[in-house]
Amino acid sequence: MEKSPIKKIQSLFFSFFSGLDRQLGLILLGLAAVGFFTFLSASQNTPVQIADELRNLALSFVVMWLVSRIPPKWLEISAVWIYGLGVALLVAVAAFGLIKKGARRWLNIGIVIQPSEIMKIAMPLMLAWYFQKREGIQRAWDYGVAGIILAIPVFLIARQPDLGTALLVFAAGLYVIILAGLPWKWILPFVGVGVVGILLIIIFGGTICAHDVVWPFVHDYQKHRICTLLDPSSDPLGKGFHTIQSMIAIGSGGFFGKGWFQGTQAHLEFIPEKHTDFVFAVFSEEFGLLGNLVLIALFFALIKRGLAISASAPNLFTRLLGAAVTLIFFTYAFVNIGMVSGLLPVVGVPLPFISYGGTALVTLGFGAGILMSIHRHRRLVQS
Amino acid sequence: MVSFKKPNLDSFQERIHIATLFVTVCFLLLVTRLVWLQLISHGKYALLAESNRIALVPAPANRGLIIDRNGIVIGRNYSALTLDVNAEEVKGNVDQLINELSEIIDISPRDRRNFKRSLEDSRNMGTIPLRSMLNEAETARFMANRYRFPGVEIRARNFREYPYNELASHLVGYIGRVSQRDKERMQAEIENSKSDDPDALQASFLPGIQYVGKIGLEQSYETVLRGVPGYDQVEITAGGKPVRTLSSSPSVPGKNIVLSVDVKLQYLVEQLYGNFRGAFVAIEPETGDVLAFVSKPNFNPNDFVEGIDSITWKELNDSPQKPLYNRPLKGIYPPGSTYKPFMALAALENKKRTPSQTISDPGYFDFGNHTFRDDKKGGHGIVDMQKSIVESCDTYYYMLARDMGVNMMHDFMKPFGFGQITGIDLQGEARGVLPSTEWKQNTFKKPEQQKWYEGETISLGIGQGYNSFTILQLAHAMANLTNNGVVMKPHLVKAIEDPFTRNRVLTTPKESYRIDLSPENIEVIKKAMVEVNRSGTSAAAFQGAGYVAGGKTGTAQVFSLNSKDYKHGATAEFLRDHALYIAFAPADKPTIVIAMVVENAGFGAQYAAPIARKALDYYIEGKWPKEVPEWKRAP
Repeated sequence: MEKSPIKKIQSLFFSFFSGLDRQLGLILLGLAAVGFFTFLSASQNTPVQIADELRNLALSFVVMWLVSRIPPKWLEISAVWIYGLGVALLVAVAAFGLIKKGARRWLNIGIVIQPSEIMKIAMPLMLAWYFQKREGIQRAWDYGVAGIILAIPVFLIARQPDLGTALLVFAAGLYVIILAGLPWKWILPFVGVGVVGILLIIIFGGTICAHDVVWPFVHDYQKHRICTLLDPSSDPLGKGFHTIQSMIAIGSGGFFGKGWFQGTQAHLEFIPEKHTDFVFAVFSEEFGLLGNLVLIALFFALIKRGLAISASAPNLFTRLLGAAVTLIFFTYAFVNIGMVSGLLPVVGVPLPFISYGGTALVTLGFGAGILMSIHRHRRLVQS
Repeated sequence: MVSFKKPNLDSFQERIHIATLFVTVCFLLLVTRLVWLQLISHGKYALLAESNRIALVPAPANRGLIIDRNGIVIGRNYSALTLDVNAEEVKGNVDQLINELSEIIDISPRDRRNFKRSLEDSRNMGTIPLRSMLNEAETARFMANRYRFPGVEIRARNFREYPYNELASHLVGYIGRVSQRDKERMQAEIENSKSDDPDALQASFLPGIQYVGKIGLEQSYETVLRGVPGYDQVEITAGGKPVRTLSSSPSVPGKNIVLSVDVKLQYLVEQLYGNFRGAFVAIEPETGDVLAFVSKPNFNPNDFVEGIDSITWKELNDSPQKPLYNRPLKGIYPPGSTYKPFMALAALENKKRTPSQTISDPGYFDFGNHTFRDDKKGGHGIVDMQKSIVESCDTYYYMLARDMGVNMMHDFMKPFGFGQITGIDLQGEARGVLPSTEWKQNTFKKPEQQKWYEGETISLGIGQGYNSFTILQLAHAMANLTNNGVVMKPHLVKAIEDPFTRNRVLTTPKESYRIDLSPENIEVIKKAMVEVNRSGTSAAAFQGAGYVAGGKTGTAQVFSLNSKDYKHGATAEFLRDHALYIAFAPADKPTIVIAMVVENAGFGAQYAAPIARKALDYYIEGKWPKEVPEWKRAP
């Protein structure tokens, strides 16, 4: 029987969305909605256009949809190539990249691109591919090889210098390595050293932040960031200003917030980067603790769902890739909120789906697309 | 179904669980942090956000005018454009900012010094003027470049101005920028006055007060002149850009003070002193109105308003002439022979002498083994009371002092105000010394110094010895005498005037107390003093006067020499005698009394009395002496 046009459109519509994980989709729509409404308030009196934000959100969802159509197998096949391309571009950046604000991070290939962004996805792809290849025959030195795969781009990004991105790429790779089965006896000592290190910095912050103390391996401005985190009031009009003012914004929001468009900190320009990295302060001031709980619940749901998709993924590659991508979302959210609320040093990390910015939204859409794809193709592989 | 490698999947599932746990812990950490910020510390941050966004922009109150008894304004305000710098903005790089500003605006080294000093003096006290009286070109240049200088702005501000410069400088005083000490004093003032005074300053108004009276009437009438500063509550951006005014509280202008001083008289006397140092006080006896209050040399109070430069300050401070010293208020001098009329009155009142009782003066007086000499070699012969005053016979008063004793003299002189604080409306009045046995006991430490020696009594009779008074006290005592013992508190300010309604409220207390004196005795003294100007020591100065004035000259020793050894011209200037003179006029109903000293000038008759004559000519008859330039700016 001939289908009616309406049925046709309906089926087309469903096929368009078929295989997209409904839960994940709703969570992302929720986050995008929060992002859009916060953007409206944050971008008031700035030249940033609402149309740009809408275009970026749309672009993100289009990328997500496209990627969700790509079978994971293709990703597996192209992993090495993407990784190789990323590293090549990073080397190119080191050789003849553009220098802005004292950092060599960009490459002009007709349009200006930032290759380190590619590594955020390329790194988990590559390592997931590697462990997929070594599945069942893992040796201790496999982790050594993985470490080298991880270290090369991280090193290249760190010396641009772009410590924030380097840490995120490092974290993305580390998640894969740990989830792939890195023995606990190797992990725990590092966790121990990390915890002790953080405690030492907190306790002896005053001493090591003295002017004449030079930190090894770290640029002066990075030392400064960590030191102002420990004591924002040490530089209230300089680097500490951002942290102090965003904490004031958050704190003054109280439980219910000051109301949409009512944030004085945001609208009187006390919050820096208020529609990008510090957008959480704007949201937090206007929607209060209540809004924050909803937002964090959304992020938590996103991560739970991502991990659930990964847990039920068909092979090691998709499992590792899905979980790593999910944990990247987590890392973004945690680091961003931590930095804006004064828990972590100020590093340039956007709040996923809330911060304004095309590149980040596309990367995040790509990541969400991978999760969708893993979910969509689970049966195809299983059966 | 694909078969998973069981152990591997289990291991992965386990790690996913651990990851979930890790994520949960991290999010709980964030939630804890947010609860801490938004619930527990909410109050603190809400306050910080408010103080972030709201700035109090002070609106200084117009300072009251200082007006003389005839309506001549001698302290006023004018408006001019100032370059103000927000103190908060320039921490650390003052010089760089000033260097950049000086490319478009002329900033002198003096401006720079003053600014830096103000910055140090008044930490965190809002805006500090860097350059005042900007011209149009400078204003335009700055406005074109203002984006380069956050925290720097041009404001119209009121400046204090003393249009006649040096005129009456010690009495008017000056204002200057609030110092940390002023601020603390004002804080105390607020705390003390809060409960009972509805017009009391509020703590929040303090930042609006940038100038306070430092000396003179500007200081003593500070709370009247100052008014109450207002403020605007302005919402500002992080960059300090005002967004809107939330509320505003208008300032209440200060009240005008109307002086009892006649500044024309003041000006005349200041001119007559020329290069001489000295003090001159004229009082209207009936009211206690101070008509002139001269301290010479003067200084220019305008130099102090915006902070005095160090060169001028050093000059003023180091000058042996001591131009900053308020002589009538703080300078203490032995009254010399001007004391004699009071001594004579004391003798009459205490029945130690009658007017006609005489002594025989050989030219000296022996007491114990010491000889007290008279001015006149061979003596004045037979001397009665009038002659003792007219000829200024020392021996008469040596004997009188001996007969009265120190305590009788003290008790009689004290109510006249000798050696007492008069309570004039200026701060820092000197007390001087009116000796008595009790005074000596309290003043000295060693027992042999505490004992009063009879010999010390003798020279008190001629206004020497321990006697030392201010010229203000001498004028006050003269006023009390001519006012028949009715004591009026001397005051420089007569009334407080409302700047809008021009309503005046008299501030002066009426009578302080009465000294019980017999009118006949007073007449004897006045008659003798009139005779002094007619045929005595100041007769030359008062020749041809159109009114009858009484007077008495005096010479006060600066350096303890026997008068026979003193040679005026041969003595170093600062060791020469002070010339004193007291006067009242017209004799039948005095409207003015005068006490004055011309420092290191020599004899009173020669240097002081002529000045008094011209002052009286002007005050009583309106005569303006030719050698003094005309009052140019009289209204």
